[in-house]
Amino acid sequence: MSADTPDITLEARDLAVEFGSRSGDTATALDGVDLRVRSGEILALVGESGSGKTTLARALTGLERPTRGEVLLDGTPLGYRARDLRAFRRRVQMILQDPAGALNPRHTVYDSVAEGLRLHGLSRHDPDGRSEERQVADALASAGLRPPERLFLRYPHELSGGQRQRVLIAGALALRPGMLIADEPVSSLDASIRGEILALLLKLRAELGLGVLVVTHDLGLAWNIADRTAVMYLGRIVEAGPTEEVLANPQHPYTKALLSVVPEIERLEPVVLAGEVPDPTRIPSGCRFHPRCPALADGSAAAVADACRTIPLEVLSSGEMHHCACHLVAAQARTLA
Amino acid sequence: MSELLRIEGLSVTYRTEQGPVPAVRDVDLTVARGEVVGVAGESGCGKSTLASTVLRLQPASATVSGRVLFDDADVLTMRWGDLRALRWAGASIIFQGALHSLNAVRRVGQQIAEPIQLHEPGVGRSEVKRRVGELLEQVGLPAARAEAYPHQLSGGQRQRVMIAMALACRPALVVADEPTTALDVMVQAQVLDVLSGLVKDLGVGMLLISHDLSVLAAMSDRIAVMYGGRVIEQGPADQVFTDPLHPYSAALSASFPRVGDPGARYAPAGLAGDPPDPRHLLSGCSFEPRCPRAVKDCASAEPPLETKRPSRQAACIRVPA
Repeated sequence: MSADTPDITLEARDLAVEFGSRSGDTATALDGVDLRVRSGEILALVGESGSGKTTLARALTGLERPTRGEVLLDGTPLGYRARDLRAFRRRVQMILQDPAGALNPRHTVYDSVAEGLRLHGLSRHDPDGRSEERQVADALASAGLRPPERLFLRYPHELSGGQRQRVLIAGALALRPGMLIADEPVSSLDASIRGEILALLLKLRAELGLGVLVVTHDLGLAWNIADRTAVMYLGRIVEAGPTEEVLANPQHPYTKALLSVVPEIERLEPVVLAGEVPDPTRIPSGCRFHPRCPALADGSAAAVADACRTIPLEVLSSGEMHHCACHLVAAQARTLA
Repeated sequence: MSELLRIEGLSVTYRTEQGPVPAVRDVDLTVARGEVVGVAGESGCGKSTLASTVLRLQPASATVSGRVLFDDADVLTMRWGDLRALRWAGASIIFQGALHSLNAVRRVGQQIAEPIQLHEPGVGRSEVKRRVGELLEQVGLPAARAEAYPHQLSGGQRQRVMIAMALACRPALVVADEPTTALDVMVQAQVLDVLSGLVKDLGVGMLLISHDLSVLAAMSDRIAVMYGGRVIEQGPADQVFTDPLHPYSAALSASFPRVGDPGARYAPAGLAGDPPDPRHLLSGCSFEPRCPRAVKDCASAEPPLETKRPSRQAACIRVPA
């Protein structure tokens, strides 16, 4: 595979996804998100279950149709007709979590990787004139499975967890996309295997110029590979910026709390938030984090407490600088200015 | 601290159609009252088999040798009646996956009450109710949650119910097998706080099993690292995590990056190759095929677990004593 993937930019603009629930309430899984990711960069989307990170990833691959806002590829809004989606997915490929479940147990490695090529009519019409077999072999080799021919006729159960994840990545690479969206790509793998797969993502970025949006609950993973990190809470991005800044110098009380509970020996004084991410059918007024906010609870945000409880925060822009959605941080910045 | 659990030369082999599969091989381990001993390792290393064998819960297809002494009585050979008394009241186990371990159609309060009613038949109904409420509060849930059904609780709350059940008969030893796996990091922190509180306030001894070395490092007094069914390193928790002796422990520790460590930026640490297949164990060190420090002699004989530093042991010929 050559480094000829054209540069692309994938963007979410005021993206919202709502789900109706049985009780008749509307669950707002994604509540207005601006985000941009380009070829050649790795962006980590971190948050707890219920933060909306998987919904955002699915919306960005066209798997979830937004109730508001739009997804843009190189500035063109994504259409939702089958033809539009097919063309879109040649350029933006998703890698699912749980490689054991995502592969068809009755398909050989060869068939699993060739499936996408066949669906997209590339088996016989590769732009470079390669045979289907050549394309499958190249994709497997790019995913670090060498020599590829030895794996062609294997079935998923004959592979290790790490190999299965590589086969899934090869299936995505076969279409030569410009962007990969990976939802918890290593969470079901053993720790010692995890690093190898993360190293592969870094290598694909370096060699093929791929962009990668990686969805994870694991802050260590973001620290390992991501150029930028966006932190989600209850359907919104609450803090984003270069990984060194967001994770080493967090501003938002939620990001600070998340970092403080990463188990380590010499950890920060842990800020264990009570309760769990609230129900998305009842998003709190004002700042959505205020009922659990440690800064509000300990009085350090007393000066802005009314704003925290009543005034909603603006959606963070998709810019690349370090910024966060917090009344307290905004007030402190005003005082300094 | 007085000794509570002593495991000596424990081996567990599963009989399968493909022949015997050794899951645990010659493990020695002790847990004292008020002590947390962490067992680390990846899938297939034998840590869950070890956990269930401590309470003699291993499947019928397993052949067990060695001794598991609980307050000097051998769990593996004790009479059925004694074993029944031991489970719950002497030692209890918290499994992973609370969603599937709780009965979906019974209120959680009834489920917590059940072991109390079984083991202490003299206790009256109002006393049982009081203790259930107390147990729920101990794990950070309001006593009124006793009326809830499992589906009305979140994953973290269900895991707390499992912990409350395990504590119902005031055991001296709690075996926790991946108690926080599949929980979010914040909920994990809440559950770990509950578990540390039990050790501190009630003085229980705990055998904590996890694939997550960073969780064990934060929770345990000592850590044993397993690979291929054996303990390959043992020592004080912080030392095993930050200054591991065995090359496998070193690789495992490095695969949990410290956020903020410049050395880990764009440098995910991994280990090539796959874990050993217990059906085809090597005659030499099981880690030799993946070991970055292996030499020729490593393939010839399995290295014994030896004391290499004060209170630290490792099974590796490359680590000087």
